[in-house]
Amino acid sequence: MTDIRPEAVGVTIEDVSLSFGTTQVLKGVSLTIEPGEFFTFLGPSGSGKSTLLRAIAGFGPVPGGSILIGGDDVTHLAPWHRNVGMVFQSYALWPHMTVRKNVAFGLEERKIPARDIRGRVDAALGLIGLLDLADRRPSQLSGGQQQRVALARTIVVEPRVLLLDEPLSNLDANLRIQMRREILELQRKLKLTTIFVTHDQEEANTTSDRIALLNDGVIQQVGSPMELYDNPANRFVADFLGTANLIDGRVEKGQDKITFQADDGTLIPLNGTGVEAGPGTAMFRPQDLTIRNPGEDADDGAVLPGRVQHREFLGSLIRYAIRVGDNVILVDDSHQAGRPVFDVGDDVALRLAVDQVRILAG
Amino acid sequence: MNSFSRSQWGAGGLALLIGLFLFVFLIVPVVKVVYVAFQDPNTGALTLINFVDFFNTSLFRESFLNSIYVAGGAVLLASLISIPLAYFTTRFNFGGAVLIQTLGIVPLIMPPFVGAVAMLLLFGENGSVNLLIDEWFGFTIPFMEGLNGVILVEAIHYFPFILINLSAALLNIDSAMEESAQNLGASGTRLFRRIVFPLAMPGYVAGASLVFLKVFDDLGTPLLLNINNMLAPQAYLRISSIGISDPMGYVISVILVVFSLFSLWVSFLALKNKDYATVQKGGGGLMKRDLRPWEKIGCYAVIILILLMVLSPHIGLALLSFGTVWSYSVLPDAYTFVHYGNVFRTATQYISNTLLYAGLAALIDVVLGTAIAYIVWRTGLIGRKWLDYIAMGAVAVPGVVLGIGYLRTFVEFNVPIIDKPLSSWWVIIVIALVIRRLPYALRACMAGLQQVSIMLEEAAENLGATKTRTVRRIVVPLMSGGIMAGFIISFATASVELSATIMLVSAESDAPLAYGIYEFMQSAAGRGPGAALGIVAVLIVGIATYISHRVIKRREKELAPGVAVAAQGV
Repeated sequence: MTDIRPEAVGVTIEDVSLSFGTTQVLKGVSLTIEPGEFFTFLGPSGSGKSTLLRAIAGFGPVPGGSILIGGDDVTHLAPWHRNVGMVFQSYALWPHMTVRKNVAFGLEERKIPARDIRGRVDAALGLIGLLDLADRRPSQLSGGQQQRVALARTIVVEPRVLLLDEPLSNLDANLRIQMRREILELQRKLKLTTIFVTHDQEEANTTSDRIALLNDGVIQQVGSPMELYDNPANRFVADFLGTANLIDGRVEKGQDKITFQADDGTLIPLNGTGVEAGPGTAMFRPQDLTIRNPGEDADDGAVLPGRVQHREFLGSLIRYAIRVGDNVILVDDSHQAGRPVFDVGDDVALRLAVDQVRILAG
Repeated sequence: MNSFSRSQWGAGGLALLIGLFLFVFLIVPVVKVVYVAFQDPNTGALTLINFVDFFNTSLFRESFLNSIYVAGGAVLLASLISIPLAYFTTRFNFGGAVLIQTLGIVPLIMPPFVGAVAMLLLFGENGSVNLLIDEWFGFTIPFMEGLNGVILVEAIHYFPFILINLSAALLNIDSAMEESAQNLGASGTRLFRRIVFPLAMPGYVAGASLVFLKVFDDLGTPLLLNINNMLAPQAYLRISSIGISDPMGYVISVILVVFSLFSLWVSFLALKNKDYATVQKGGGGLMKRDLRPWEKIGCYAVIILILLMVLSPHIGLALLSFGTVWSYSVLPDAYTFVHYGNVFRTATQYISNTLLYAGLAALIDVVLGTAIAYIVWRTGLIGRKWLDYIAMGAVAVPGVVLGIGYLRTFVEFNVPIIDKPLSSWWVIIVIALVIRRLPYALRACMAGLQQVSIMLEEAAENLGATKTRTVRRIVVPLMSGGIMAGFIISFATASVELSATIMLVSAESDAPLAYGIYEFMQSAAGRGPGAALGIVAVLIVGIATYISHRVIKRREKELAPGVAVAAQGV
């Protein structure tokens, strides 16, 4: 079996803007994707993530700015001259060709000698474990198998970059988890620079080396999944990834301590360094708080008195909505049988782990 | 007996009645025709002698080959007309798309034979076009010479079948199909040859085989162009001149049925297992590109040329209906309304008969269509699919064959009170139209019912409505768009039907429009009034088509407001 081992290249996107008619879909996007990286464009629908991916493949209107693949400017190159492999959301397997024919297509277009094509197609089908289905038609395959054939069809031509446009969205939940592992494994094996588009944060978190979170045609933040979760750059990032408590107010710098004063007067002590005084938003996650009976556990720092407004049992944890001043704060309390549970209307005290509080620029 | 099984019994009884109707008026006549074809005319024994006779007669051999030649030629010419049109609309951002869509409908609102005589006057040896060509270049083109004329008239009439099917197939190709090929390095003609063309092929084959079937079976056009050495005219002439005992008419009928089945089988094969409707979530049609100015001029030139050709029967017919004398001249000598006056003084029975026959037939068709659709989709009756298959099977029965079958089967059946054979009572014409148009009405009703979610019915039953009341208050109102469309399609096509009715008309006073036009067109003096009557037919069909178009569009809007919004959002 011949190995498919293309040389990894980077992708540079410089100040790309793009419009459909009068609607601006991408607004000055710049990014650098490292060779061999598994990079994800994450964002809600309409954020421009798919449009950016298609621009890299050469589909859609020609963007302003420039796109470089392995240092070559491809901005104005036709799709068929770019040698970037794209797996489509619908797989786009041609129904009039067998699996083998589908996979061989790109090699035939590249005028590879017929005797080499057979070996390379077999190798690619072997890699995805579908060699025995080579003579089937796409309509005779399951969704997961079609997905694998689409992958094989793309990687067999040894593209310089692999583009995946929501490739898991048409699969059911279990298969989705299995396929994303397979895709990641394949990517690691081939050391292939890969760009993955998804709206699903779990998919992004579990696969990506780095994520670019897009909203409204603008990159909100770029970083590893954990960086984005732990240190969101703004409200949108904080809210899009996981659940966040966001409280508006301002940072006050005193003689020896820094506090955050919420608009309703609630005070939250901060131990942060590098926090500027001025208006801002305090962000903390539901698991950064613990819930207690009032006065039970006297503490020095951040104890917020509140009242239970709502309670949801989620199995491993109970999520409380606690009214504190004018704000409603979500608190996760891990659950075990026999542990005390608070009722709606109970007065409680919340203890906040102050080192987890992030101040987002107002 | 509880009420649930009572409703089952009701549906079963209804299914039985419909089955009986189809058996008597579709299966028995066709089987009779086939049986007679294999029967020795003297002894009554089963034999192949009639087929041997058929192929030993040079006129029949010639007719057989001519029919195949004409049908094949018409498919070829219709393809030449429709392929560029389909390509323009689906590949380019092009304002002429509206023109092309109109092109797709215009020919269908006129039966081919009506335009045939007008086409002679425009394209014939001494027709307008050849007079001009002769004057300018000194030669003539035999457009309408013999079989050429039949091919030209049929191709102009039936090319929309290919245009519509091919366009739909092209529109159904997801842009991702094309993009993925480009992504893998294909472009230009290779992309077209390897991806677009094969994906559109089933649609083309389906359309082309329909055209072949229609042309092969058509009786009116060759009759009016005075071409008798083809199969359908031979069958008609044998039966009408020699009589219903002559076996040759039956042999020809069997051949017509075999070829119809063959065309349908080809079309079925083309579409089977090739659900190439590949548009998926997030997809949508092939990529279109803008035209360069000179390309645009070229496209418009092609379209206008084709438009002129397609409209020529209508233009010619209008000129003929208003012209005084039109012979050996480019245009009629003078214009007059006298033909219309003539028609409305002497030939109103043709119009009223047509409205009565086609209206009755369409009404019965939608009642049958609704009932069959409901039985097939909503009951568990054993063998319910067979109702659908048999009713659709009427597509494979050419009008001539049904006509001959009725003559032979019902000539011995005397209708009690009026005391004459059923085969010469006007009601038999209506029944023939019902059977002939049932497939169209049934398809429309089925489509209408498929749009009604079964949950809407269950909700009504949950709130206490019985099966019958649910059908009346929920199902029928919701599928009324499909029913309406079915009615109008049946009405419009039935009002210009000639092939079955020409056999069954036993008295001038019972004759419908199509027959009247045929009668008028037999003599030179009758051409003016015949054309005027033709214009009336075109108006009836045109108005009906327009109404059905409006009704369908309005229903779509009413029932699916979300769809329009979603489509805009993409």
